[in-house]
Amino acid sequence: MNAKTLPLIATLVIFIAAFAICTLQYPTMLSTRVIGNLLTDNAFLGIAAVGMTFVILSGGIDLSIGSVIAFTSVFLAVMLEGTSIHPLLAFVLALAITTAFGALMGAIIHFLEMPPFIVTLAGMFLARGMAFVLSIDSIPIRHPFYATLKSAYWVMPGGGRLTLIGGAMLLVFLAGIIIAQRTRFGTNVYALGGGAHTAALMGVPVGRTTIGIYALSGFVAGLSGIAYSLYTSAGYSLATVGVELDAIAAVVIGGTLLTGGAGFVGGTLIGVLIQGLIQTYITFDGTLSSWWTKILIGGLLFAFILLQKGILSLSSGRRRLTMKGA
Amino acid sequence: MSGAKALGRRLLPQCVALAAILILIWFNFPGFFAIEMQNGRLYGSLIDVMNRGAPVALLAVGMTLVIATRGIDLSVGAVMAICGAVAAASSVRGDPLAVTLVMSLGIGLLCGLWNGVLVAILNIQPIVATLVLMVAGRGIAQLITEGAILTFNDPGLIFIGSGSLFGLPMPVVLWLVFGIAVALIIRRTALGLLIEATGVNRRAATLSGIQAPAFLIMAYVLSGLCAALAGLIVTADIRGADANNAGLWLELDAILAVVVGGNSLLGGRFSIIASLIGAMIIQAVNTGILLSGFPPEFNLIIKAAIIVLILLIQSPRLSHLAAFVRPAGPAAPAQGKSVAGGASAGDARDIKKLERTAS
Amino acid sequence: MPASAVLSATGIVKTFPGARALDGVDFELRRGEVHALLGENGAGKSTLIKCLTGAYRRDGGRVELDGAPIDPRDPLDAQKLGIGTVYQEVNLLPNLSVAENLYLGRQPRRFGFVAPREMNRRARALLSAYEMDIDVTAALSSYSVAVQQVIAIARAVDLSGKVLILDEPTASLDAQEVRMLFRIVRDLQARGLGIVFITHFFEQVYAISNRITVLRNGRLVGTRETESLPRKDLVTMMLGHELHAAEQAGETKAESSGPVRYAFHGLGKAGRVKPFDLEIRQGEVVGMAGLLGSGRTETAELLFGVETADSGTAECEGRRLSLSSPRAAIAQGFGFCPEDRKVDGIIGDLSVRENIALALQARRGWMRPLSRKEQDALADRYIKALDIRTTDREKPIRLLSGGNQQKAILARWLATNPDFLILDEPTRGIDVGAHAEIIRLIESLCAQGMSLLVISSELDELVAYSSRVIVLRDREHVAELVGGDVSTENIVEAIAGQERRRAS
Repeated sequence: MNAKTLPLIATLVIFIAAFAICTLQYPTMLSTRVIGNLLTDNAFLGIAAVGMTFVILSGGIDLSIGSVIAFTSVFLAVMLEGTSIHPLLAFVLALAITTAFGALMGAIIHFLEMPPFIVTLAGMFLARGMAFVLSIDSIPIRHPFYATLKSAYWVMPGGGRLTLIGGAMLLVFLAGIIIAQRTRFGTNVYALGGGAHTAALMGVPVGRTTIGIYALSGFVAGLSGIAYSLYTSAGYSLATVGVELDAIAAVVIGGTLLTGGAGFVGGTLIGVLIQGLIQTYITFDGTLSSWWTKILIGGLLFAFILLQKGILSLSSGRRRLTMKGA
Repeated sequence: MSGAKALGRRLLPQCVALAAILILIWFNFPGFFAIEMQNGRLYGSLIDVMNRGAPVALLAVGMTLVIATRGIDLSVGAVMAICGAVAAASSVRGDPLAVTLVMSLGIGLLCGLWNGVLVAILNIQPIVATLVLMVAGRGIAQLITEGAILTFNDPGLIFIGSGSLFGLPMPVVLWLVFGIAVALIIRRTALGLLIEATGVNRRAATLSGIQAPAFLIMAYVLSGLCAALAGLIVTADIRGADANNAGLWLELDAILAVVVGGNSLLGGRFSIIASLIGAMIIQAVNTGILLSGFPPEFNLIIKAAIIVLILLIQSPRLSHLAAFVRPAGPAAPAQGKSVAGGASAGDARDIKKLERTAS
Repeated sequence: MPASAVLSATGIVKTFPGARALDGVDFELRRGEVHALLGENGAGKSTLIKCLTGAYRRDGGRVELDGAPIDPRDPLDAQKLGIGTVYQEVNLLPNLSVAENLYLGRQPRRFGFVAPREMNRRARALLSAYEMDIDVTAALSSYSVAVQQVIAIARAVDLSGKVLILDEPTASLDAQEVRMLFRIVRDLQARGLGIVFITHFFEQVYAISNRITVLRNGRLVGTRETESLPRKDLVTMMLGHELHAAEQAGETKAESSGPVRYAFHGLGKAGRVKPFDLEIRQGEVVGMAGLLGSGRTETAELLFGVETADSGTAECEGRRLSLSSPRAAIAQGFGFCPEDRKVDGIIGDLSVRENIALALQARRGWMRPLSRKEQDALADRYIKALDIRTTDREKPIRLLSGGNQQKAILARWLATNPDFLILDEPTRGIDVGAHAEIIRLIESLCAQGMSLLVISSELDELVAYSSRVIVLRDREHVAELVGGDVSTENIVEAIAGQERRRAS
């Protein structure tokens, strides 16, 4: 088995095993209805996690996404309730703002050589603060276009609904996979995660790539904000607190190395689904409490960090052996 | 020349900043500095700042040491929730106060030990290692409180949050005494020197005979203890353990306090007193905004502005720019940078090897 | 007869704050030649390479490529001009696939997207020219260093194509891998590339190179045809001694030492240094000579517990010692001044005082602090005794010059009052004045009854203060010179060794 894909396979095995256990206990869980809900309920998290995957693959971290999602939802609510512009135009505006915001953070990280952790921490405070400034109340969105969007879904065989935002999440993942695997930018992201210094020596445009990565994360967080506002039909500045943590957990459980350089965007989807599955199981069970989600995810996180650590030390050990052996 | 003078110079920017903020508030609220004695206890906005800043101040003590070792502890907010929950649960069960306190503080120590072992023995990056407890910790706290807000009415425990001693609110006494005690212990023993040496150059420190892993673990354990104390205060203050909200995002405020205190995130030289002043600066800003009638939401924007400001001051690139002015400038920093970048991966492995033999 | 020069550098000057790293060095590389560039650490090899590849901007001199003057801004620029470099620590990305490493930044595309199949096909074709048939989609890290080295060469040649600089490519390869690498190098040579080859292994120099250029202390010693340069002369060129030293040998040292204090038997570690026996007497300086990479530093690290030995025992006056960690060694009264001061020695941000007090404090433990007064006294004493030039004992040590940093680290160990002090290149990279002081210090410590092991490339120095000299070659202790036999000439002969296998 390949060290590169081992964590991904582990994730997949865990997901399938977990789903199998769930289905054995509650046969109704194996239905397109449950799957449809799983996709819809986790759409905004999944979309944002795609951006987080790129950031983490490059060896960085983005703490701002939860705040950016909240900001976007409030921004949309204020725009749609306060002005008469069309939602699509508001979407474009929101995405432009969040993308520029991400690019700015990337530029600060690159040009001031500051750790992403602190820069995006400032971004987290700033975005949340801006959301508060726009409004501290939860503003319902009543625009008819929202109703149209919400009622757009595809009924899967078996009666489950693939909603617009659920489908959008899958599309974003698809786009993420293509960008990561089939573009020069994608390879450059992996290259940064493998070692920024070496990457620069090999001709990777480090500055442009870094800015691009955080701009992408900002853009995707904006998309996630749109999905969230569609999901809740409201904008609330206190919403989605800590989503960045869920996203980081999804990325790591999806088999991506938290220190960067190795992993797959597709794995993150499974990471998101595992989190969703735990929640669904707890709902089905009815007696279990919601906090088990966090504990289980923390445990999985730990297991994957250890797994990655083990793979790293194993592969470097083997390299030494081959180096010394004849 | 003397230590006191050096300390004064070190603390000057923080003191000036704090004074400036306080005076700014005072301009708008002439009553800000008013302090009065009622029923043997001091009251006033200034006391209020110190009281409300207690949790972050306590966290900043441990965080300072962790950051001095080139680490970071993201789990302190969650550990606060756990320890608060343990204290509440123990109190509700009817344990004597001493047992409650020992259990709560003991759990904090254990959490710190867990982080320390992951970082020092398993060599997991601190930000990654402490993330585990950050994610799981709140779930564990909820498990203890069973999701509810666990209220208690043990007067002893409540006293920690809202009692007063020597005319000062108990939380203020706690962080002052604890912070100064730790600062004294660190400087009166050789801990400070050995931790700084480990943070600046772990390999050279190990080669000089320093047991780097022991000091790393010690830093995380202290951080856990600080989180436990902070958790006790927050829990006692509201007379109940709120696993969802106790200490929420306080790890970020604590890191901010350390950074505002002028300590480098890259480890090495540190000052606990400066971090404490940093915590007070943050709380003064909070209180000032509250008093001035600005919506509290501006708070976050100002925090962001503070971080950006500090980033600008601490940025290695900007100090390079400063170095360009000097004649020997451009070549040297570029060289140093490339060496650092190239060495890091191999370094980590070497250090690990070195310390495996040491332990 | 002389083929045309592809790359020529004349009068290259590079100055760093406080030191002139290159002082008017000339270097000429011909088409289709393998040119070995030799010199000890600090001779200026890597500085010269960095000036040629644009990693540093030179301060003076002229570089011509194919007769046209060039001034590369950075390695990428040099690469575009035609100068490719492969480093010992392979500068590729271990997490990317082989093909991605080969085509990073220039992947073939179809409809704007990377075409992996096309890329892999090209990668396989490229590598087949090097007789390598490997899975190009596998991660680079899944291959041995030798294979990675070849991939790096393939990439550099593919991108550059005129000049290939190999910076210690064989340092971590075994004999078979070296043969494979050499086959490739000869191939490229036949294709007309100019190849600069940096190594410490003499056998390899003689096996592959056409000409040799030797640098010492930032200056050009000379460029010779390999065939007409005997090994002994080469060692002399590198270490810079005119073999005048016969009269220095065997003065008084042989009698001066006391009983055997430390005995190491069969100490060794696979891949680092072969098992060796070593005895050190009280009040004796044992010198250790050998070229870089010969196992000198590795020996010191075994003795100090930085690396744990696979085999062997250590005894002090008949008592078994455990050398499992630096801490354990320090507890036995050992001290160690490492070769790489900046990385292993100084704690840059801490003051001179703290750096001096560090080892003593670490040994006492954190509960028993040295008071500030004691630290001050300690620092002042050694600043005075060793003449450490600093404006203030509170100055961060990174601001001191190399020689003064070295003295401060010496002071760190002297403060622990050690019985056995290991000095790895104590006089490297420091000015002449400090040099002499450190030598005097070594002699006076010895006179006080301390046992010392001194590793140095300065043979005159070794001869001057050592009662015995151990010579290492290829990670093995190969000779021990005692008493009257201690002379630079004998050391050079032992280092050069007889003509040996492993060539070609």
